Amino acid sequence: MASDLAVQVEGLRKRYGDKPALDGFDLDVRAGTVHGLLGPNGAGKTTAVRVLATLLRADGGRALVDGYDVARQPAAVRERIGLVGQHPAVDEVLGGRDNLVMFGRLFHLGKREAGRRADHLLERFGLGDAGGKPVKRYSGGMRRRLDLAASLILRPAVLFLDEPTTGLDPRGRNEVWAAVRALVSDGTTVLLTTQYLDEADQLASRITVLDNGRIVAGGTPDELKSRIGGDRIDVIVRTDADLTAAAAVVKEIAAAEPEIDPDGRRISAPVRDRVAALTEAVRTLDARGIAVEDIALRRPTLDEVFLRMTEAADERE
Amino acid sequence: MSGSSEATVLTTTADERRAPERRLAQRLRWALADGWTITLRDLKHWAAQPWQIVFGLLFSVMLVLMFGYLFGGAIEVPGGGDYREFLMPGMFAMTMLFGLEATYTAVTTDADRGVTDRFRAMPMAGSAVVVGRATADMLNSVLTLVAMAACGLAVGWRWHEGIGPALAAFGLLLLLRFALLWLGIWLALVLRSPEALMALQILVWPLGFLSNVYVSPETMPGWLGAVAEWNPLSATVSAARELFGNPGWGGESWAAQHATLMAVVWPVALVCLFFSLSVRAYRRLSC
Repeated sequence: MASDLAVQVEGLRKRYGDKPALDGFDLDVRAGTVHGLLGPNGAGKTTAVRVLATLLRADGGRALVDGYDVARQPAAVRERIGLVGQHPAVDEVLGGRDNLVMFGRLFHLGKREAGRRADHLLERFGLGDAGGKPVKRYSGGMRRRLDLAASLILRPAVLFLDEPTTGLDPRGRNEVWAAVRALVSDGTTVLLTTQYLDEADQLASRITVLDNGRIVAGGTPDELKSRIGGDRIDVIVRTDADLTAAAAVVKEIAAAEPEIDPDGRRISAPVRDRVAALTEAVRTLDARGIAVEDIALRRPTLDEVFLRMTEAADERE
Repeated sequence: MSGSSEATVLTTTADERRAPERRLAQRLRWALADGWTITLRDLKHWAAQPWQIVFGLLFSVMLVLMFGYLFGGAIEVPGGGDYREFLMPGMFAMTMLFGLEATYTAVTTDADRGVTDRFRAMPMAGSAVVVGRATADMLNSVLTLVAMAACGLAVGWRWHEGIGPALAAFGLLLLLRFALLWLGIWLALVLRSPEALMALQILVWPLGFLSNVYVSPETMPGWLGAVAEWNPLSATVSAARELFGNPGWGGESWAAQHATLMAVVWPVALVCLFFSLSVRAYRRLSC
């Protein structure tokens, strides 16, 4: 296998009863990158991570982590991975430092070495002052950072982050994002699952979109965005009465049927030629006496990409 | 720092190439070390929340005082013995039974928080979680028995057959606790919800009272008396009464006549059953 692949998955299958959770899932993650696994609830993201982390046995297919087969060499895989699941996996009663020392001992570090590693990681994740405090008095962001620290004790080759910011407030989310960015600059390979598109956009260099256990799209965030028609024009009209008339104008210049959002009085459509479309839109709207609140060109959001990809996949069914 | 952690990884890989028996010895050593690490974690819980231990002990002491003095006057012990002398072996066994709830809560809380997943994704011995749990729970039970015995001595309970049989009686009580430990682990792995503790308590109380702990099974309706006499708890309690030289109910059934034998057979059978069921349930976590 290519040595620069940290994770290599071929045709992974897993069923729960009648429902396929993974239905021929393929994935390549290059070493030293952050790879985002994006999908709605129940798409199979967590199942994929649990198979890769040796917590779950697949029904078919093959998965290698850092070159080791997760089904045949689980012990070797466990020495090379870190896992941060959806629920903080730390002891609530113990302090942060005691937690890291305990996990260090379970990774078979010596007593003194486990202590040194704990202090280093606490310092690195900004928990140096909270090391003696019981974890139940930590904030959500602090808990996740401790969770991250605990999965880095052995310097894993691959780190799995399963929806690491679910349930965090914006501040906690920023704390975790900063910690993940710092890891990446150290060269750790990260496989990140998320249902937040901006999270994948912020952190991942490549994204795989998963729906119903199957890959529906993949590429860099920019590639995915340009795949649904490049730039878009947004027109927001001042009064509801003008909405239909404005939609007709946008339709004349757009590359596809415009989307209308009556609540926001917004009309949105993909365009081919940026400047020509904008000029034409302003001129025609003005000529027809339609009062415009705002008009702008923008790149599509990943939300739009995501909805488009999963809808297309549903239609193929 | 990195040198040492990388060295750990290298040693383990090198071990995999060594002779199988050395590998086995190495694995056994790690299994014990990992189990002890988990035990230490529980001991640290005690240190962090000493009031939990204190309340646990106070609860047991309260039960002794309540049953000893409130109900003691109303219940006549066959042969005219002292009710508190009669009561203590039953109270010991009841505390062993209540330990089931502590085991259940600890195992489900870990599974609920994802700690179990973390342990399972680590290169540690798979048995460590259970070995650590068992050791900590048994240590807790020893502590509880010591406190209960002290309380018993204060209210007039004595052992009359010498220290050897008394220690044997405590041994049988701990054997019962060990059997219930596996029942607790199995229930926790199958139910997987800390909230189901309420349901467990509904199971624990009848199991405790449907026995010979407080009243003689011979005063119960026939079928109920039979259930009470065959209750594993009754076997341990009868055997402990004999070994302590405390008054008991006697009883005509085979189970009551062979209490000491049953006090060994029952727990061993329960361990065999629930140990294998627990191993299966633990494996099924990865399906």
